[in-house]
Amino acid sequence: MNMTKQEALFEYVLRAGDDSLILGQRLSEWCGHGPVLEEDIAMTNIALDLIGQATSLLAYAGQVEGKGRDEDKIAFLRYENEYKNLLLVEQPNVDFGVTMARQFLFDIFHFYFFKGLLNSADTQLAAIAEKSLKEVTYHVKHSSEWIIRLGDGTEESHERIQQAINDMWSYTGEMFEMDQVDEIMIAEGIGIDLSKLKPMWHEHVKQVLERATLKMPEYGYMHLGGRQGNHSEYMGYILTEMQYMQRAYPNMEW
Amino acid sequence: MSNAEWPLWEVFIRSKQGLDHKHVGSLRAADAEMAIDNARDVYTRRSEGVSIWVVESENVFASSPEDADSFFEPSNSKVYRHPTFYKVPDGIAHM
Repeated sequence: MNMTKQEALFEYVLRAGDDSLILGQRLSEWCGHGPVLEEDIAMTNIALDLIGQATSLLAYAGQVEGKGRDEDKIAFLRYENEYKNLLLVEQPNVDFGVTMARQFLFDIFHFYFFKGLLNSADTQLAAIAEKSLKEVTYHVKHSSEWIIRLGDGTEESHERIQQAINDMWSYTGEMFEMDQVDEIMIAEGIGIDLSKLKPMWHEHVKQVLERATLKMPEYGYMHLGGRQGNHSEYMGYILTEMQYMQRAYPNMEW
Repeated sequence: MSNAEWPLWEVFIRSKQGLDHKHVGSLRAADAEMAIDNARDVYTRRSEGVSIWVVESENVFASSPEDADSFFEPSNSKVYRHPTFYKVPDGIAHM
């Protein structure tokens, strides 16, 4: 199957948009349930940053596609296999530790991803990356500090955050998987080479885990499929909740 | 699990136009760094500020309400302490 540049760009932007969208939706589940008021607001702020990024990216994906779909149509009216987010971001919150482990592993990826896109030949994508990078820089600080506090905290918090990192680890390999979409985008100077991003991610994660007195997990089996639209069992439930309004009241606006 | 509460912090924010940090409220945090982060999230999410100070509440010493009469009442009858008895010379605007 040969893709045109336009098709590859649509897919590329969609993937990034879906990462932010689904993680934002997941994180927003904490709204009103945070462990303390301050953290409740912090997580909701971050969720809103992510939804904002998704808005910009999916609006752009709609433009690239050129079929008249706006960001709301793309966000709320696709079927499960049309979402191209990483499996990592759809994993359940479980508890605060698991939520922070998931967030931390993704935030560092997100940071280097947007940093790489600053030099994209696609000026629209570079502009979105520039705005998003400021937000993500704070996300990295926020989740890293929690990893350090929990790792270097009590015996129980240490044990539980180590387990959470271990559990989330098998979803990190997917971040660096590349296919035809990436190849075309790299050749066009639009996308970034994820194989070059991986060592930066690895080193950054390692440094924070060391400060947190946590062990870096071994690389083993990695779950894949999100980029092709093959999701974990959790995805359907997220979409049911997220799409409810548009499905129940088609074309409603507020 | 410990039920001990994090210490309380007082938050001061300097707005874009403001020259001084103003007290905006308080919050709980385990240490100063977390207090700054929490203050950023709780008190600057609508672009209220460009700089944050936090002070642990226990380090703030306050006047006692019982002293209010002896502290503040006497100055109420000293109107001459306000510079309102001067004639402003002609030609001085913005006074």
